[in-house]
Amino acid sequence: MIYLELFLTFLKIGAFTFGGGYAMLPFIQEQTLAHGWVSQEELINFIAVSESTPGPFAINISTYIGMTVGGFPGALCATLGAALPSFIVILIIAKFIQKFRTNKIVAGCMSGLKPAVIGMIGAAVISVGKTVFFESGVSLRAFGDVRLWISAVLFLVMSVLAFKKVHPIKIICVSAVCGIIAGYALEMLNIT
Amino acid sequence: MKKSHLIFQLFLTFLKIGAFTFGGGYAMIPLIQKEIAEKKKWITSDDILEIVAVAESTPGPIAVNAATFVGYRTAGFFGAFFSTLGVILPSFVIIIAVSFVLERFSELKAVNFAFFGIRAGVLALILKALWSMYKQCPKNISAYIIMAASFVLAAFLNVNILAVIIGCAAFGLVSSLVAGRKMK
Repeated sequence: MIYLELFLTFLKIGAFTFGGGYAMLPFIQEQTLAHGWVSQEELINFIAVSESTPGPFAINISTYIGMTVGGFPGALCATLGAALPSFIVILIIAKFIQKFRTNKIVAGCMSGLKPAVIGMIGAAVISVGKTVFFESGVSLRAFGDVRLWISAVLFLVMSVLAFKKVHPIKIICVSAVCGIIAGYALEMLNIT
Repeated sequence: MKKSHLIFQLFLTFLKIGAFTFGGGYAMIPLIQKEIAEKKKWITSDDILEIVAVAESTPGPIAVNAATFVGYRTAGFFGAFFSTLGVILPSFVIIIAVSFVLERFSELKAVNFAFFGIRAGVLALILKALWSMYKQCPKNISAYIIMAASFVLAAFLNVNILAVIIGCAAFGLVSSLVAGRKMK
């Protein structure tokens, strides 16, 4: 049953990702692609929408994926799944939060998890990059595609803006406008 | 103040926080600070520092961790429940509305062109997130080994993410215990 599957998948994602937001991305990516719920391209669109709507990124993207896969009940199951582990864990540790913070086992696990998240997000950059630049698969021929070069220039410009701490929403808006301009320009020049 | 009233206040406050912060997690902390600690004085600023530290080492979205913690401290289980509900609800409603709109317009050429541009922007945002996390991460030999290993495992060997997470946590635990023993 799709609803149960959505709930359990997001429960797993909520229970095993630490740091919230983008730290959840590699796991969300793996699970949703493995289930065939969304394409890589859709997922990247979802990231943009989740980043430019209010509220926690992780909740936004879970709701969005749930909604796309199973409509309103799907959205409910996915969101509930993503939030539940967090809720329960905090309730359990709220009473002895000080001890939890200084606990050696927790600190030890975190010393492994923090760098692991970085490695995995690095991997996500590679796979997202493949989708962004090579829309019809990685090949030498793709380098002749003008869309690849437009994406590359956009990516470079947006990276500079991102590293200059321009707000993510502005970056998304500017890239949308550039995309629209580039799209119509290519069409007028009859390059598609 | 009556408890039910307090819980309702918590719900409203987190509803506001959920509706007016973008990006979630860390973006919410200053607002929680202002609304909950300074205005309502339900918890202290020290509590907030504590929850930020704890949210990193507990699973799930940081915003949910923070709302649950603040709600629980202020009004017990139901406080936690309604704070969490409050922080999630705006997201939920807005995304459902947005997904309806986008689905209707997904055939539009301009929307497709926009998303073509946006995808390049998103890649830049993920790269930036990666860099920020890298800067905050403690840097030592074991951390670099884990970074490299998890990158290779996830990017090229298609090892499943859950296995990488559990493996790296175990590796971190063992290496920190070993290092701790050597110090003694």
